Amino acid sequence: MASRRVTRKWEVFAGRNRFWCDGRLMTAPQPGVFALTLALICGTCALHFAFDCPYLATRVSAAVPAVGAALFVFTLSALLRTALSDPGIIPRAAPAEAAALEAGGAAPDGGGGAGRPPPRAREVLVRGRPVKLKYCFTCKMFRPPRASHCSLCDNCVDRFDHHCPWVGNCVGKRNYRYFYTFVVSLSFLAVFVFACAVSHLALEARGAGLAAALRRAPASALVAAVCFLSVWSVLGLAGFHTYLASTDQTTNEDIKGSFSTRRGVSNPNPYSRGNACANCWHVLCGPLAPSLIDRRGVFTIDVRDELPPTFVRALGAAPPAAAAAAAAATAAEAAVAVAQPTHAFALRDGRAGGSYTNLFEAEPAAARHAYMNRSLDLDPVPLHEVRIVPPATPAGGGSGGGGGLSASRLRLLHDTTMIDAALDLDEPELPPLPAAPPHVVVAL
Amino acid sequence: MTMANNRIPSGPNTPGSQQTPTQQGIKIFIQRDYSEGTSVKFQTRFPPELEDRIDRQSFEYTMERLNEHFEMAENADCSTYCEGCLACLTAYFIYICTETHYEKHLRKVSKFIATQNERVYNPRGVHITDPILRGLRVIEITVIDLPNCQSPTGNSTNTQMRHT
Repeated sequence: MASRRVTRKWEVFAGRNRFWCDGRLMTAPQPGVFALTLALICGTCALHFAFDCPYLATRVSAAVPAVGAALFVFTLSALLRTALSDPGIIPRAAPAEAAALEAGGAAPDGGGGAGRPPPRAREVLVRGRPVKLKYCFTCKMFRPPRASHCSLCDNCVDRFDHHCPWVGNCVGKRNYRYFYTFVVSLSFLAVFVFACAVSHLALEARGAGLAAALRRAPASALVAAVCFLSVWSVLGLAGFHTYLASTDQTTNEDIKGSFSTRRGVSNPNPYSRGNACANCWHVLCGPLAPSLIDRRGVFTIDVRDELPPTFVRALGAAPPAAAAAAAAATAAEAAVAVAQPTHAFALRDGRAGGSYTNLFEAEPAAARHAYMNRSLDLDPVPLHEVRIVPPATPAGGGSGGGGGLSASRLRLLHDTTMIDAALDLDEPELPPLPAAPPHVVVAL
Repeated sequence: MTMANNRIPSGPNTPGSQQTPTQQGIKIFIQRDYSEGTSVKFQTRFPPELEDRIDRQSFEYTMERLNEHFEMAENADCSTYCEGCLACLTAYFIYICTETHYEKHLRKVSKFIATQNERVYNPRGVHITDPILRGLRVIEITVIDLPNCQSPTGNSTNTQMRHT
């Protein structure tokens, strides 16, 4: 099948992101709200440029349209960067690595036996502070510090901030600076456009009265109303993210209260550089991390292509393996359909009975397919809706996890920042789901 | 925490095990070292699986140089900040046409790994996978039994391998 055209890695990407322009651009699975954001910004600015700008350019200054245009281009560019670039997705573990973890090698300190599955969390010291690395069952790896699994995009994202439906993407290590620039420039733009619309109305109203002004410039009234309604949340968000950037925290960490004082014990942020300026500089202008998913790279089924030719020859007996892999890829739909439920049951049995012996029995096949197959995407869709849509679920997850996350805190953040939180809520202890179908467990 | 290893049975008494798709030789995984933060740094501990193939010094040299490369890539000096600032001022249009500081260093890393593989590791049946292919999360080391691999005690690296 690869003879006609090369298969690029984005086409077999395991997460649920959508790719555009042959993998050059990427968004979250449902970029609908992003289109709304784009339409709101462009529509309001179009009204501004069509009605306010000509009037103010003649009556006030020619600088008004110039400043407006500059702000608009800057905001739009930052928005498109945020929405269409890789937020810092951490690629899933290759089958060999997943197999190595399952084989029990992950417990070098505990002296785990060969048959034991990996522990679900390990602890490392980051600048002297203990940090828990959780095992991600979807990505088959221990998440690096600050990384979190986005349940909507189904990826682990490095320095995960939040999943922002307004920009239609996760906000993470790679696009946080774009996001911040967007929010700050949007607040400037909103204030500017609002000021223009109000001054237009005020100039029209001089002498004639407000009613006449509204009749003469209804577009300005509309623009002023839209800006007035949106400017508060945007300004609040800009302030909030300025605070986060200056303390080098993420929204996720702030909500979970990762670095808040608990029971009188202070818990300083180990990633902070000490002062607000250095943090801001580093977060917003520091070296830009590379994309790790190599979207446009050519996908090859045989992992041995990475090895030098002498190794491939020495490993010999290549045909059976290659054939098996090829067959697996073509018959992937069926294979995954079979492998998935088995896996789910194994997992659930392991959790329920406290015995983990069969935890990974079905794993090699599942891991392999999860890595090279996106048909897996289709399976967990409904259950994410089950987990995310009811507002009670995140609260339950938070309190079950014993973290500092409460429903009221979450609602507060939602109300103040308008981030509809698809925030990462997966705690090491899953909320009890006795009656849930087995697939729910797999989703995490 | 430390490296995880996966010993797939391989040896003189398991001739048929290569038939299984998972049979790729022994894989060793060097994990990240997070002790100094989230910047990319790998553990430098010598994996015991390599004991009879690679001497400790050359392995540690490789890892230390690799860590130096990543440190340089993540190092936030004046020029990196200027780059970031300039990118911000140009509304990030600059990233369309230039390669970032980090990407330049990644190319150096790939080149370094390739050279080390060619000179030191591959002749002894060891291959280090470029960490960017594993998301900079682990370094995967593949160990296989080459048909005419050097003897474990051999020190010369210029023995050519013959393949018939």
